[in-house]
Order: sequence, then structure tokens, then C-alpha cells
Amino acid sequence: MKYQSQKVAYAYFLVAMALFAIQVLGGLLAGWIYISPNTLSELLPFNIIRMLHTNALIVWLLLGFFGAAYYLVPEESERELFSTKLAYIQLAILVVGTLGAVVSYLVGIHGGREFLEQPLWVKFGILVAAVIFLVNISLTVLAGRKTAITNILLMGLWLLCLLWVFAFINPDNLSLDKMYWWFVVHLWVEATWELVMAAILGYLMLKMTGVDREVVEKWLYVIVATALFSGILGTGHHFFWIGTPGYWQWIGSIFSVFEVIPFFAMMSFAFVMVWKGRKNHPNKAALLWSLGASTVAFFGAGVWGFLHTLHGVNFYTHGTQITAAHGHLAFYGAYVAMNLAMFTYAMPQLRGRAPYNQVLNMASFWLMTGGMCFMTFVLTFAGTIQTHMQRIVGDYYMEVQDQLGLFYMMRFGAGVAVVLGALLFIYSQLVVRRELIAPGPVTTPGE
Amino acid sequence: MSEILTKSRARNVFYGGSLFFVVVFVAMTVHSHRYIVETSTAGMPLTDEVRLGKHVWERASCINCHTLHGEGAYFAPEVGNVMTRWGVLDDPESAFEILNGWMQAQPSGIEGRRQMPFFDLTEEETRALAEFLRWADQTDTQNWPPNDAG
Repeated sequence: MKYQSQKVAYAYFLVAMALFAIQVLGGLLAGWIYISPNTLSELLPFNIIRMLHTNALIVWLLLGFFGAAYYLVPEESERELFSTKLAYIQLAILVVGTLGAVVSYLVGIHGGREFLEQPLWVKFGILVAAVIFLVNISLTVLAGRKTAITNILLMGLWLLCLLWVFAFINPDNLSLDKMYWWFVVHLWVEATWELVMAAILGYLMLKMTGVDREVVEKWLYVIVATALFSGILGTGHHFFWIGTPGYWQWIGSIFSVFEVIPFFAMMSFAFVMVWKGRKNHPNKAALLWSLGASTVAFFGAGVWGFLHTLHGVNFYTHGTQITAAHGHLAFYGAYVAMNLAMFTYAMPQLRGRAPYNQVLNMASFWLMTGGMCFMTFVLTFAGTIQTHMQRIVGDYYMEVQDQLGLFYMMRFGAGVAVVLGALLFIYSQLVVRRELIAPGPVTTPGE
Repeated sequence: MSEILTKSRARNVFYGGSLFFVVVFVAMTVHSHRYIVETSTAGMPLTDEVRLGKHVWERASCINCHTLHGEGAYFAPEVGNVMTRWGVLDDPESAFEILNGWMQAQPSGIEGRRQMPFFDLTEEETRALAEFLRWADQTDTQNWPPNDAG
């Protein structure tokens, strides 16, 4: 850690990991209710648990992004942050808002637009925190060295904060409501967040592989270009059946096929950089997470997205367990794993330790990734059966669901693996102090 | 390759191309907005009752179990076409009665069955919710869902 102010990232990562634990435990509980539907049904109904599961995910990913920005911008800009005090105030606002949202969900006070259920005062809190963040980080970048990584990171973060404005716009017309709702949801995860993801990946590659900055930055621009060229009009794949014009079926299908490209590019980029790089970085776990994130993102967001994105297919699969399968693997690969890669890279330095190989951390990668892949497979099978029985044959929803019990049991088992992996990850970050397995003899370090 | 594709060229393509797609997207959004208001949702007027129904729908966070036009939580049935499924798309009174009867019977408490919570709604609110669901069902959704099962 070269700059003292990078330390603020530590607080962000700690809060993010706490929410990560809440998120996966909430998911596990929701998965259990699929098997044993009477669980807590009057005390804590499914809709409340799901809000906690999804909202905790979104907030902790954002906290991870903010923390990552606070960690990498000083190094990239070659100067201290504009203000560490502002960064802590921003975090405090977000923590109060998050706790406020949790409490109000538990007592039944919430909105009803999916993922944007936060009470209005929490939404304003998020807006204020976002403005503080943008001011703080922009002033730091403007005063220092400008690099492609900070350019792309800042552009992604500015746009995602601006798009938050649509969280306040809720037309009475349901179809308009849905169309503008996607301005937040889709243009976050399939456009602006990809910019943040690419910037973080670029930074990690630069630090860990030792490949020339010029090469890294050039390819970063190519990757984010393909992300926005495909992702903006790719919004159309959500406009097939919500009352929007029919031309979106072709626009959405064609451009969302191209949405696979940035994820393929990020995966290729990561592997090529590691092959070409000549640095033998000691933090093997961070390297594993970086490569793993870009690979799983390609399969989860790219392949599983493509699986049901053509409108002829989506007509039948829309809103089935296929969507749930895709959602889980895409979020895990692209955003959960990329955040964990950043935590894994930064934590040893934030805690003042020499990077170590982090065996337990690597074990948690395989546990979580294996669990999430298995969950995706079983939900895909469940979704295929559901699509056939419900959308082709025309059986009623609950009759079909009753046939899917076995898959939901296997999904719960996969969920247990993910939760254990997540807890192991947190343990390995916060408790483990030294190498559990001594490294082998290094033949030619730095070669 | 590296001579043709320099970093600054890649950057310019990124900025220029993104701007182009943003402009196209905004133009299509404007058209879609008008299409929704004037055509696809024009089948039934957007009355104050429908508006109230949407607020009831949101306040109860129905979307976190059900789907509406295929979007939502996949834990409970699709309701974008529920009025068609019940055969009461053009009958407000029956729509209210069936919906009210269903809502009053929740939670069923049947062991091993997914439970819908009891929502303490006034008659006015339940009527509004029924009208909101009838309104949503009249939207031109390009013939989705494929059948009445939703």
C-alpha cells in the first residue's frame, strides 16, 4: 500500500463482506422455503426474504466497487484521496441506509418495484452518498495522473450514479414503469457495471502480471467499447413482452447476441495477460479469482444469457427458472467473484501483511464456484421442464412446480456449498495470519 | 495490428461509438414511450382506481413472489394474465369477487404448499387491485404469454 488514504477501502470491504454473509444466508433460507414452504410463512414471508437477499447483494457489490475505487485510484493517480473523511461519511450514510432498509423490510415498509424496494429516504441517502463519492474520487483523479483504468472506472461509476435517478421515476402506467425500471437494472449490470468490472480486472492484471500498461489499456478500451455497443441496445431483450413495440424483438435479439463478446474478450484478455506476463506474483489466490471471475462471467452472463435471449426462445422461457439460473451464475461470475478478486488482492496489503498464497481462500473459490455452477445446472434443468410443461403443454404453474421438487432439493444442497464457501472466504480474509502451506522452491522469480 | 489499433484510436472509437448508440437508444425510447401510452396500453383507461391498484400491488411487494409480464420472483404464478385465466377479463365485478375470495383465504396453511400471506386490504383497495390486474392484462404484450397457464 503506497498511499495512506487507500486504507478507507478496508472499512468498505469489511461492511461488504458482512452483507455478503447476510445475502447468502438469506438465499439459503429462501432456497429452503422452496423445499419446506411453511417455514416462517407468517413471520417472515418469502417476498421479504427475497428482498433481503437481492438488496444485500446489490449494496455489498456497490460497496465493493466503491472500496475498489478508493483503493486503486490513489495508486493510479499517484496521490492521496481528496478526502478520507468524506469517504467515511459516505460509508456511514450507506450503512445507516442499509440498516434502515433492513428494519423497514422486516416491519413491512417497502416499495414494490423489484430490487428498488428501498424506502424513499434510503434512496435519497444512496443518492447523497453517490454524490459524495463522485466528488471525492473525481477531484482525486483530476488532480493526478490520468490513466485508461481511472477513465473507464470513473465513466462507469458516473453513469451508474446518474442512472440511479430512474429509481425515483415510477410512472403510473405499468409498461412505462417497467421500461424505465430497466434503465437502472439493465444499464447497471449489462453496461455501466461492466465498465467498472473491466477497470478492476485491468488494474489487477497490470499489478499481477507485469504486462505493459500500454497494452493493457488499449485492450481495455476495446473491451468496454464492445460492452457499450452491445449493451445499450441490448436493453431491447427486456422489451420483448412488456408493452413496448415489436421492433425490439429484433433489436434486442441481435444486440444481446453481441453482449457475449465483451465477456469473451475479458476472459481472453485475462488469460493472455497471465500467459504473457513475466511476473511471479505471490498472491496466487487473487490471480485465481481474477481468472475465475472472467471465466464464470463468460459462462454465466455470456453463454447462459445467450441461451434464452433470442426472442423466439424467450417467448417460451421468459420468467421461468431458466432466468433464475442465468441470474445466479451471471451475478456470481461477473460481480461477486470480481469483487472477491479485488478483496483478495488488496486485503493482505490493507492489513499490512506480505501477500501469501491463501490456501483456504483458494479452497473457498472452488467451493463457491462449484456450488454456484451446480445450482445453475439444476435450475436450468428445472427451467427446461417448467418451460415444456407450462409454456408448451399448458399445465398450471403450481402443478408444474410440484414436479420440480427434486431440483429444488439439489439447489438447496448447492446453496449450502456456496454459503460454506462464502463463510470460509470471510474467515480466510479476517482470521488467517500466515501461510498454511509453505511455498515450494521458486526457481526463477520475476522471470 | 498494433500500428492500426493504437490506444488513442481504441479510446476514440469507444467514446464516439458509445455516444452514437446512446443517441439511437434515446430516440427509440421516445418512440416506445409514445407507443406505450397511445397504443399498447390504450385498451383500458388508466383510471385513478387502476393507479390505486398499482400502489397496492407495490406496497405489498407482490413482485417478490409473483411475476407480472414475466418479471418478478418466479416463486408464485404469473399474474399479467390472471384475469384471462379466471375468465373475468371483461367483468370487473366477478374479477373483484374471485380476487377477494382468494385473498381472504390466505394463508391456506396447507402443509407442504407454498403460502401466500394475508394482506389486510379494504374493499376499495381489493377492487383497485383487481382493476389494476385487468388493466395489465389488456396491455398488448406481443401475445405473451404463450397460453393461459402464464
